[in-house]
Amino acid sequence: MLDILGKRYIFWGLSLVLIIPGLILAAFGLPLAIDFTGGSLLEVRFDSGITPQPAEVIELYDSLGVEDVQVQTTGDDTIFIRSTFLDDTTRSQLISTMEEEFDDDITVLRFDSVGPTIGQEVTARAGMAIAFAAVAVVLYITFAFRGVQHAFRYGICAIIAMIHDVLIVLSLGAIGGYFFGWQIDALFLTALLTVIGFSVQDKIVVFDRIRENSSIYRRLPFDTLVNHSIVQTLQRSINTQLMTVEFMLLALALFGGVTLREFAVILMVGLFSGTYSSIFIAAPSLVVWENKEWKTWFRRGGGKEAVA
Amino acid sequence: MKPYRMLALTIVIAAIAIWMDLPNNPGIHIAGIDREIETRLGLDLVGGVQALLEADLPEGTEIDAESMRTATRIVENRVNALGVTEAVVQQAGDRRIVVELPGETDPEKALETLKQTGLLEFVEMDYSPLPDGMIIKTDFAVGGEVESTEEQSSDEEKIYHTVMTGATIKNVGVTTGPAGGYEVAFELTDEGARLFSEYTTANSGKFLGIVLDKEVVSAPRIDEPITEGSGVIRGDFTIEEANSLAIQLRYGSLPIPFIIVESRTVGPTLGQDSLSQSLLAGVIGLTIIMLFMALYYRIPGVIADVSIIIYALLAFALFRFIPVTLTLPGIAGLILSTGSALDANILIFERLKEELRNGRRLNQAIEIAWYRAWPSIRDSNIATLITCAILFWFGSSFGATLVKGFSLTLALGVAVSLFAAAVVTRTLLRIILGYFKPVNLERWFGI
Repeated sequence: MLDILGKRYIFWGLSLVLIIPGLILAAFGLPLAIDFTGGSLLEVRFDSGITPQPAEVIELYDSLGVEDVQVQTTGDDTIFIRSTFLDDTTRSQLISTMEEEFDDDITVLRFDSVGPTIGQEVTARAGMAIAFAAVAVVLYITFAFRGVQHAFRYGICAIIAMIHDVLIVLSLGAIGGYFFGWQIDALFLTALLTVIGFSVQDKIVVFDRIRENSSIYRRLPFDTLVNHSIVQTLQRSINTQLMTVEFMLLALALFGGVTLREFAVILMVGLFSGTYSSIFIAAPSLVVWENKEWKTWFRRGGGKEAVA
Repeated sequence: MKPYRMLALTIVIAAIAIWMDLPNNPGIHIAGIDREIETRLGLDLVGGVQALLEADLPEGTEIDAESMRTATRIVENRVNALGVTEAVVQQAGDRRIVVELPGETDPEKALETLKQTGLLEFVEMDYSPLPDGMIIKTDFAVGGEVESTEEQSSDEEKIYHTVMTGATIKNVGVTTGPAGGYEVAFELTDEGARLFSEYTTANSGKFLGIVLDKEVVSAPRIDEPITEGSGVIRGDFTIEEANSLAIQLRYGSLPIPFIIVESRTVGPTLGQDSLSQSLLAGVIGLTIIMLFMALYYRIPGVIADVSIIIYALLAFALFRFIPVTLTLPGIAGLILSTGSALDANILIFERLKEELRNGRRLNQAIEIAWYRAWPSIRDSNIATLITCAILFWFGSSFGATLVKGFSLTLALGVAVSLFAAAVVTRTLLRIILGYFKPVNLERWFGI
C-alpha cells in the first residue's frame, strides 16, 4: 500500500519551501489594498481615447491637496489612480475638475474611497472573525469525534492544517504582489475565507475515515490506521479537488474576466492546498502527536521543524 | 420515507424551483402574501454606489440606539426619494449605516443626498394645497445661497415662500384627536411662536405646507390663528403615519451628524462585464464537471448530474425568493457550495465502488455506501455552516457586505447541497438501480 505517512517530513519540508519565501516577501510589506489601509482608488476612461500623462494627473491631485498619488495605465484609454483617502468635498470635485483640466469626457468605471480607520478595523475584525470561527470549529470537531480517543486533537490538527493553507495563500499573495503587482484587497479576503471554509470541510472527510476505521480495526497501530485511511480517501480527494473544483476555477480564470482572474488563481492554489494539507499535514499531525515525535526533532537535528 | 414518495417530493420541489427560476415569474400574490420573485444583482455586477456612514462623534461617545434607528429611517427615506429600486439601508453595528444603491448612475448626486442635513420648512401655499410627496422649489436656500431668479420666468415652476424652518420646532408628539384619529402635536420655540402667530393670524383659512427636503409631507389648513406657540397637524393618519411624521418633524435633520467613511462606485460597464463573463465561466465549468462525472462514474455519475442540476435550480430559486442579492463574493460562495454538492456525491460513489469491489450485492452496497458516507458529509458541512454563521455575524455587525454576501450564499448553497445529496442522489440511485439491474459492473459503474 502507498506509504504517504512515512514521507511526512518530506512533505512538510516542501510546504515550508513554498511558505517561507512568500513570508519573507510579506515581511517587507504585503501589498495591501485600500480596503485595509484606507485610501482611494479611481479607475476612469477617457472618452476621446487620449489619456493624460501620469505627471499631469499627480499635479491635479496635488492642487486638490491629495498626497501619495500613483497612476497606472491599464488599457488604451483607461487609467488607475491610487491615493490617500479623499474627503467628501474633494471626492465630489475630483471628476469635474479632471474633466475641465483635461478637456475630455470621463467615464467612471470604479471609484472607491475608504477611510483609514475603517481599513484597520476591517483587518482587525476579519482576523477576529477567523479566530472565532477556528475556535468554534475545534469545539465542533471535538464534539463530532467524541467517540474516538483524543477527539480534541482532531480539531487542533485541522486548525494547524488550516493555518498552513492560510499561510500558503498569504505567501502566494505576497509573491503575486511582488512579481505581478497584485493587491491584497477585499476580494482576496473573500478568497481566503473560501479557502478556510473548504479546508476545514476537507479535513473532516479524511478524519471521518480515521474515525470509522478506528472502530473497525482496533488492533492496528495508529500510523498504519491513518495511512490506510488517507489512501482510502485518496481517490475521492483527487476527484473532488482536481476534477471538479479546479476545473470550475480554471474556467473562471480563463473566461471570468480580469476582475476575477486573480481571484480564481488564488482559489485554485488555496483549495489545492486545502486538499493537500488534509493528506499531508492534518492526518500526519495526528500521528506526530500520538507518537510525541517532537521529542526526537532536536535530538536528531537538521531541518525537521513543525509546520504550524 | 419510501423511495417513490421521495421521488414525488423531489419532482414537486424541482417543479417549484423551475417555476421560480422563470425569467418573468409573476411573483406570489395570494392570501396576504405579496412577493416578487426576481434576481437581485449586487452593485458590483450592475454598477452602483455603496456608502458607509459613520456617526461623526468622538470615539467612545455613547450613541443612543433610538437615535441610530431614527437616523437609519431618515436616511432610508432620502434614499427612497432617489428612486433607486432595491436600495438597501441597514444599520451596521452601533455607529454605522450601510447604504447600497445598485444601478444608481449618478453617484455624486446620491452621495450628496445622503449627506443632506434634512431641511424642514413651513411653506406658504395659499388656497390650493399640494399633494403629499410632490417635490417643490422654495425660496429658502441652504447655506445662505441665493437661488437665481432669472430662470423663473422661463419655466412654469412656481417657487414657494418659506415661512419658517424646522429650527423653530422645540417638541413634537403624537396625540389622539377629539374625533379619535391620530394627530401630530408640535411646540415651537419662543421665536418660532412669534413668527407662527403673526403668520397664522394673517393667513387664516389658507393652507400651510410642511416640506421636508423639498418634498411635501403634509399640507394642513390653518383653521384658526395659532398664537400660543403650539399646534396640531390633523390628517387621516394611522398611528404609524403619525409617528413617522412626528419623527420627521422632530428630526428634520439627522439626530446625529454623519460622515461618509467609505464609498464605492462601480460603473455599469465594469459590472456588466464581470456578470456576463462569470456566467459564461460558470456554464463552461459546470459542463466540464458534468461530463467528467458521467464518464468517470457512469450511471451514478449521470444521477449526480441530475442532482447537481436540481441543486443549481433550487439554489437559484432560493436566491430569487428570499431574495439574496448576488455579488461577486456571493458567486464565490456559490462555487464553493457547488464543490461541496459534488463532494457529497463523490463520497457516496467512491464508497459504492468500494463496497461493490468487496463483492456486496448492488442494493446492499447502495445502502451501505450511503450509511458510511453520510457522517462525513454531515459533519464537514456542519463545520462549514458554523463558519458561515460567524462570518455572517461579522459581516452584518460591521457593514462588510462582501463577507455577508459570501457567507449567506455559501450557507444556503451548503443547505441545498445537503438536500440534493440526501434526497435526490440517494432516491434516484435506489429507484434507477432497482429498475435497471446492471450486471456488468465494470461498464456501468466504472470500477
